[in-house]
Amino acid sequence: MERDDLIVNESYALNAKHDEAAGKQIRKKLYAVTVLLTVITIIEVFMGVAFKRNGTFTWETIKLTFLVLTLVKAAYIVLIFMHLGDERKNLKYVVLLPYVIFIMYLIFIGLYEGVSVQEGHNIFG
Amino acid sequence: MSGQSEHVTKDELWGGNRSPFSVSYGKMMMWFFLVSDALTFSGLLTAYGVIRHGSSDLWPVGEQVFEALPGLHGSYPLMYVALMTFILIISSVTMVLAVEAGHRMDKKGVVKWLGYTIIGGFIFLGSQAWEWSHFIHGSGGGFQINQPMTVAAADDAGNTYQITLDNGSWVHMTSDFGHKYEHAMEAAKEPVSHDAHGGHGEHATAETHEDISTMVPEEIILNKYTLEHKDGKDLRKLVVKGDDAKKIWASMQTGSMTFGASIWANNEYAIQQQYANFFFFVTGFHGFHVFTGVLINLIVWLMAVKGVFEARGHYEMIEKIGLYWHFVDLVWVFVFTFFYLI
Repeated sequence: MERDDLIVNESYALNAKHDEAAGKQIRKKLYAVTVLLTVITIIEVFMGVAFKRNGTFTWETIKLTFLVLTLVKAAYIVLIFMHLGDERKNLKYVVLLPYVIFIMYLIFIGLYEGVSVQEGHNIFG
Repeated sequence: MSGQSEHVTKDELWGGNRSPFSVSYGKMMMWFFLVSDALTFSGLLTAYGVIRHGSSDLWPVGEQVFEALPGLHGSYPLMYVALMTFILIISSVTMVLAVEAGHRMDKKGVVKWLGYTIIGGFIFLGSQAWEWSHFIHGSGGGFQINQPMTVAAADDAGNTYQITLDNGSWVHMTSDFGHKYEHAMEAAKEPVSHDAHGGHGEHATAETHEDISTMVPEEIILNKYTLEHKDGKDLRKLVVKGDDAKKIWASMQTGSMTFGASIWANNEYAIQQQYANFFFFVTGFHGFHVFTGVLINLIVWLMAVKGVFEARGHYEMIEKIGLYWHFVDLVWVFVFTFFYLI
């Protein structure tokens, strides 16, 4: 079998090249994403330290905000840093669909189970 | 970045002789590996959520457990882990810059940015080692009480509360007293054995420990790692002083004194061991990924220095290891949220 990374003609890796001008554009985008990720992290840490869980600002809302910010960070890492945003649509689906289908279900069923166990503790001691 | 601008018909795309995904075999397999690895991490984090939601005891709060900085006293909640997160994000950025340099066939750029990525990886690993060490040693230790009692406690702002503690409640010592007590305990365990070991004799006599039976803490902390709130008031980290502190100290449950974290026995963060178990397993499994990532990066960096990819005609290898490294960063984003923030 031929090693694909040694094929010189028709190699996908060779199509992925760009010149200095295009590189400048890409780097600009990467630096913007860096700033965004850093700012989100700072906001998260600030929220984690500042908001006390005393009911004046519902903790559930803060928790939801953390989840949304985490997903935004994850999306930028996967789509920009890992270049999944630049890949073909079918590769995107192959990579992302397992999470949408299975992990959402796993989280739902797991947390539902966990909450039920806690209710059991509360009722039966 | 892999030829997404080409136009091919459906027949050409799926008719063989080319990858329908327009990526090379190696890159596709890296993606598939990452998909399976991410499912593993999803399973671990979901298991953490299940145990945490099903726990009948109070769960430790991230910003109250992780509030130390190396070489500094005082409380800096989440600062160290924020620094670790930042280091990993920056090393991810230098990696993507190495990939970009590879697309321009810029060997010098690849070597430089990949080199920074490796340094960032080592710094992260070192930080994690310190974090683990601090977590294992704990700060001050704690114990359970053997009878219910009501004590007067004060918060940071000086408000005082009458707090009723149940039998088996978990209370904590200040880190100064806790460390002194821990040393005294160790010294009490082997009072003369130092002298038997020749050289150690001088050391043992030079170090004077307080008599463990007369040691009494001036302050006892309630809710050091967990949260408790009543009527909209935040009752975290209440300090009990004076006679009430002595009363709590006198009613210590035998054998409940614990310092730091252990996967074998109780730990000072929670009566439930699962908190430390999950912390060690998930951050350890992630740390193992970081470690292998640094090794792989190092190997590819050496190959880049030797000019292997220059001769091959493309730097796709940087893209492949880049995918792995970004994945490590991605996992940390979730670990950070679930272990430290929520």
